[in-house]
Amino acid sequence: MENQEKAVPKASRRKFLSQALTAAGSVVVAPTLIESATAIGAEAPPSPVPVAPSTAGEISVTLHINGAKKTLSVEPRVTLLDTLRERLELTGSKKGCDHGQCGACTVLIDGQRAYSCLCLAVMQEGKEIVTIEGLAKGEVLHPVQEAFIHQDGFQCGYCTPGQICASVALLDEIKRGCASAITPDLSSPPQLSNLSEAEIKERLSGNLCRCSAYNGIVAAVQQAAGHTPPSAAALVLGATAKEGA
Amino acid sequence: MNNFGYVRAASVKDAIDRSAGDPKAMIIAGGTNLVDRMKVFLDEPSQLIDISRLELKKIEKTADGGLRIGALVTNTEVADHAEVRAQYPVLARSILSGASQQIRNLATVGGNLLQRTRCPYYYDTAFACNKRMPGSGCPAANGVNRGHAIFGNSEHCVAVHPSDMCVALAALDAVVEVEGPKGPRKIAFGEFHRLPGDTPNRDTNLEPGELITAVTIPASPFAKSSVYLKLRDRASYAFALISVAAVLDMSGKKIKTARLALGGVAHKPWRTTEAEAFLQGKAADTATFQKAAELALKGAKPLSHNTFKVTLAKRAIVRALTISAKGGGVA
Ligand SMILES: Cc1cc2nc3c(=O)[nH]c(=O)nc-3n(C[C@H](O)[C@H](O)[C@H](O)COP(=O)(O)OP(=O)(O)OC[C@H]3O[C@@H](n4cnc5c(N)ncnc54)[C@H](O)[C@@H]3O)c2cc1C
Ligand code: SF4
Ligand code: FES
Ligand code: FES
Repeated sequence: MENQEKAVPKASRRKFLSQALTAAGSVVVAPTLIESATAIGAEAPPSPVPVAPSTAGEISVTLHINGAKKTLSVEPRVTLLDTLRERLELTGSKKGCDHGQCGACTVLIDGQRAYSCLCLAVMQEGKEIVTIEGLAKGEVLHPVQEAFIHQDGFQCGYCTPGQICASVALLDEIKRGCASAITPDLSSPPQLSNLSEAEIKERLSGNLCRCSAYNGIVAAVQQAAGHTPPSAAALVLGATAKEGA
Repeated sequence: MNNFGYVRAASVKDAIDRSAGDPKAMIIAGGTNLVDRMKVFLDEPSQLIDISRLELKKIEKTADGGLRIGALVTNTEVADHAEVRAQYPVLARSILSGASQQIRNLATVGGNLLQRTRCPYYYDTAFACNKRMPGSGCPAANGVNRGHAIFGNSEHCVAVHPSDMCVALAALDAVVEVEGPKGPRKIAFGEFHRLPGDTPNRDTNLEPGELITAVTIPASPFAKSSVYLKLRDRASYAFALISVAAVLDMSGKKIKTARLALGGVAHKPWRTTEAEAFLQGKAADTATFQKAAELALKGAKPLSHNTFKVTLAKRAIVRALTISAKGGGVA
């Protein structure tokens, strides 16, 4: 949090967020997220890599984060989230609840979304980790980042990095044919073209937003899935019409 | 978290040797439950034995046509497996109704079986709790207990087992394969988790040093028309107040066999054998389902704040059986 506060310039909230996303992301060379994840995942040692000291103390770990290798020494009790924020200055991933309940810390591990607050850093050796800072290609935002800006998918922005990482993973899960609890027919899960609003909501239920930017978030996922989301005005009018009825 | 050592197990045997050699060591798989617990000092292991890289990650067909699911297969992989979706939809749906995608991606089958209760008093170390510290007392027994057990509770503990997947596995007659210092053994699902009795600190019949290696599900041609119905305080991402796994084998409009298990009601997934026996050979209509629901809840002993669970469970059973009789689907 402190790092975040220091970083906030006096520019408008939206300008800051988009700048923060691109600036941090400019280090990354990764092509599309999932491709790079599987490519590196395949090279990772499949068999156990024993580590020597089993008594309390620091252990050396090499983390692959946003296409770069970082070797550092951490105590086994340190979470991936704390390592990202406190040691690697990747403060995009946020600490909300720290107990797997809010989604603010969502990152992608070997192409799959995960809560970094529930992951120990020492367990991530050799895995490909992508954080919000790793999604843009140079100055070009990831389509989901673009969509969040277009559809006004955030207010305070605290939950936004997690929401964006979760949305990126969600779209990939649809492409891979993953089902959700509300998928009517498990043998034919939704495609991008028929991804319903209800499916988006169910699939994003692991990310909570205190400011209730939910309508914008759902619209952003719709945009990134190739749909034409309803305009914000339509949503408001719809709500008023319903109340009046 | 306390400061602990860490080692990556090189093999199942290595993991067993290490955990048998140090009673304060703990196994870690996905970490989604253990890391959470360590953060609030519910567990203070001397060292973690990381089994996440062991080769227990396969889903295979068994000789009898069932499935063998390795202990380290993630919840997501089970739910998305074509064979599971086609043959055991109740298992896929129970998993998908639990937690969030981020957790299911990390959570493993072995870890899901061994996750501990979400009783709020257990989680809050400011309170006494017999599960956490045997002999200290149970504030839930006479406290706020709307989420707690209505079956099999003892004066020492009234907590429920939180898993959704386990309710489906109970209905499917799964078997837990374990390996320990004395070799491998198989435990019928109904024998795996325990009722609290006077040792609520023990959730399962696993012996010290034993590792779960796999879960097997017998062939079950009729498990296709099955339903998992989960009722909770919000529509998604919450633990069950009541859940029902219903599996019906139909012959026309008659029930050939029925399996019925409840979640959110006991210290273990709760099979309702009397109701199952009653359903056999009966016509699949509302009157039959209501009678079965009555039988299923007959021995319930609700606490001061959870009498509502009895009615809720009955209604949930009728709804789950009705949908199951029609071939299953979203409940
Ligand atoms: C916010 C939140 C919401 C959740 N909601 C739900 C829900 O609605 N429904 C539901 O069912 N679950 C829910 N879960 C629980 C989740 O499914 C479990 O945490 C998960 O399944 C545990 O698996 P894991 O591999 O991460 O276990 P770990 O945390 O690694 O381990 C859990 C326990 O099992 C032991 N262990 C693990 N593997 C083995 C093995 N092979 N042999 C022996 N011991 C082993 C560990 O020592 C530890 O004690 C939720 C969790 C969270 C944090
Ligand atoms: S119900 Fe069980 S887990 Fe909850 S406070 Fe009582 S003893 Fe502890
Ligand atoms: S900080 Fe990880 S889920 Fe809330
Ligand atoms: S935008 Fe503020 S918490 Fe989501």
